[in-house]
Amino acid sequence: MTTASPVTTASPMTLATATIHRWTPVSRTASGALAALLLALAFAPFVFTPEATAKLTTLFVLVIVAAMWNALAGYAGLVSVGQQGFIGLGAYGVFLFVDRGVSPFLAVVLAALLAGAVAVPTSLLAFRLTGGQFAIGMWAIAEFFRLIVVNTPSLGGGSGRSLTDLSATDPAVRQAQVYWLALALMSALLLAVFVLLRSRLGASLEAIRDDPVGAASVGVRVTSAKRLVFVLAAVGGAAAGGITLASTLRVQPDSIFGVHWSAYMIFMVVIGGLGTFEGPIIGAIVFFLVQDWFGDNGGTWYLIGLGALAIGMTLWMPHGLWGTVARRRDLELLPVGYRVKTPVV
Amino acid sequence: MSPSAEPVTAETGEAAPAAAPAPPVLSANGIHRRFGSLVVLEGIDITLAPGEALGIVGPNGAGKTTLLDILSGAQSPSEGSVTFQGQDVTRWKVDRRCRSGIGRSHQVPRPFTGMTAYENVLVASVQGGSHRRRAAQQHALGVLERCGMLGQANRPAAALTLLERKRLEMARALATDPQVLLLDEIAGGLTDAETDELIATIEQLRADGIAIVWIEHVIHALLRVIDRLVCLAQGRVLAEGEPDAVMSDPRVVEAYLGSAA
Repeated sequence: MTTASPVTTASPMTLATATIHRWTPVSRTASGALAALLLALAFAPFVFTPEATAKLTTLFVLVIVAAMWNALAGYAGLVSVGQQGFIGLGAYGVFLFVDRGVSPFLAVVLAALLAGAVAVPTSLLAFRLTGGQFAIGMWAIAEFFRLIVVNTPSLGGGSGRSLTDLSATDPAVRQAQVYWLALALMSALLLAVFVLLRSRLGASLEAIRDDPVGAASVGVRVTSAKRLVFVLAAVGGAAAGGITLASTLRVQPDSIFGVHWSAYMIFMVVIGGLGTFEGPIIGAIVFFLVQDWFGDNGGTWYLIGLGALAIGMTLWMPHGLWGTVARRRDLELLPVGYRVKTPVV
Repeated sequence: MSPSAEPVTAETGEAAPAAAPAPPVLSANGIHRRFGSLVVLEGIDITLAPGEALGIVGPNGAGKTTLLDILSGAQSPSEGSVTFQGQDVTRWKVDRRCRSGIGRSHQVPRPFTGMTAYENVLVASVQGGSHRRRAAQQHALGVLERCGMLGQANRPAAALTLLERKRLEMARALATDPQVLLLDEIAGGLTDAETDELIATIEQLRADGIAIVWIEHVIHALLRVIDRLVCLAQGRVLAEGEPDAVMSDPRVVEAYLGSAA
C-alpha cells in the first residue's frame, strides 16, 4: 500500500500508529453485565412466583418484537405495519407441527423457522413497494395470512384454537418452561442481531439506514441485505407469536394478527431509540412498566397517556431515550461500531 | 474482462494514454435519455482510455450529471449501451458496477450521517472493494489518510464541514478500489489552497493508473489535470478534444457566454 500522502493535515494521527478498536472498557463491562443478567434471569422461576415469571415472559415477547422491528426499520429502512402477520404465522404454525406429534416447545422453534421461509417469497412481492406503500402493503399481507387462517377449519377458523398438548402439564411447571423458552429465544435473537451488526454486513446495514442510494453507490447489495433482515424479523416475530400461544394456550386470529402489535412495536422503538441496539430493549421495558402500572385502571386514560408520551418523545426526544443519551455521551454499551486510535504521546 | 493482451507502451516507461490505441476501459455508446417528452441526452458517444483523465464541461442543464448517472448505473439510458472493460454493463445496477471497478462521487456529498467518517469508508472498502476483515480495515485507514481525513476518523459524519464531507465522499469512492473514478463537481466552493490539495490527490490517483471522468464548473482546476475535454450542451457533444482547443472553440464560448463573441 502506498503511504505517500500529498495531503497532510495538522493531525497527530498517522497511518503507521493508527489501530482499530471495537471493544471499550464501558462496552466490555456492559456486555458482561448483560450476559450475567440473562444468566441470572434463568433462575427466576426458582425464586419468583409463577405470576412474576408470566409477566417477565410478556416482557421478553415485547423485547423480541421491538428488537425485530428496530432491525427492520432502524437498519434496513423497512418501515412495516404488518409484522403481526409473522407473529400470527408463528402462533398458528405451532399447530402444524404439534398435529404431527412434535413437542410444543420444539414446534415453536420450527414454526419460527417456517415463518422465515415464508418471508423469502413474501419479500419478492413486498420489496416491489417502497416507503409508505411498503408499510401498508405489509399490513395487507398480514391480513392475507389472517384470512387464510380464518378459512382453515383445522386451525379453528375465526374462533381460534387451543393448544391442548400443554393443558395437562402442571401450570407452575408449564409457566417455568414457557419462561425458559422465551428467555432462550430472546437471548438467541438479540445475539443474532448483535452478531449481524458486528459482521461484515453490519456497517452496510447502518449505511442503508442512513442513505440507501449512497450505500448502493459504494457497492452495498442493498436488496439482499434488506431481505436478510426481513427474514430475521419474520423469524423473530413468529417466535414471539409461538411464545404467546404457549403462554396463553389459546390463540384467536383477530388478536394474534391484530395491528395493535405494530403500534406496540413502533411505540417501543421510537421511545427507546430507532437504529440503536440498546434502544428497543429500553423501549420495551418502559412500555412494559407503563402497561403494568396503568394498564388495569381505566383503558382510556392509559391510551391517552401512551399517546401523549409518544407525541412528547417524537417532539422533544426524536432520537429516543437511548439515542439521546448515546449521542450526548458518545456511548455504546454493545460494541457494533469502530474506533480508530493512536497511542497517546 | 477483455482477454486481449494490453498494448501498453512499456519500453517508453512513461504511459502515454492518449496516443496508445488501447481498448477503452469505459465507453458510452449512442446514449439517449428521455424523461417523457424531455430529451436530456441525445446520442452521446464517449470513450475513456485506461489511465486517462477526461473532463466534461457544459452549461447547466446540458445533461452532465445524467451522463455520469448512466455511466455509474444510477440511471438507465433510454437507448444506447455502456461498456466497461469490454463487457456490456448497461443492465448492471450501480452496486454491481461499483464492485467491478466504477467508483463515483456525488455532487452533493451523501455521507452516512449516523456513522463515523472511518465507518463510512469502511463500508466502501468492505463492500465495494471486497476486502476482507483486517485488510479492509487497513485499506480504509490508508484511504482516509490519503484524503487528509485520518484526523477526523472518529467524528460522526453528520458533524463534518462541507470540505470534510467532500473529502469523505472522495475517500469512499477510492475505498471501492475503482479503475474508473467518476467525479461530479468536487472543486466547487474550495479555496485555492484546498483546490491545490485536491489536485495533488487526483494526480496521485492518476499515477496509480486510475482513469477519471470529471465533471466540473471550476474549469481552471479541471484544466490542470485532464488529458481530454468534452463539452456538452443541450444533451449533445458540442466539442471534444485537446482541452485548450475545446475551451477556445467558438461554439463552446457561445454555449457558455450566450451568443456574444
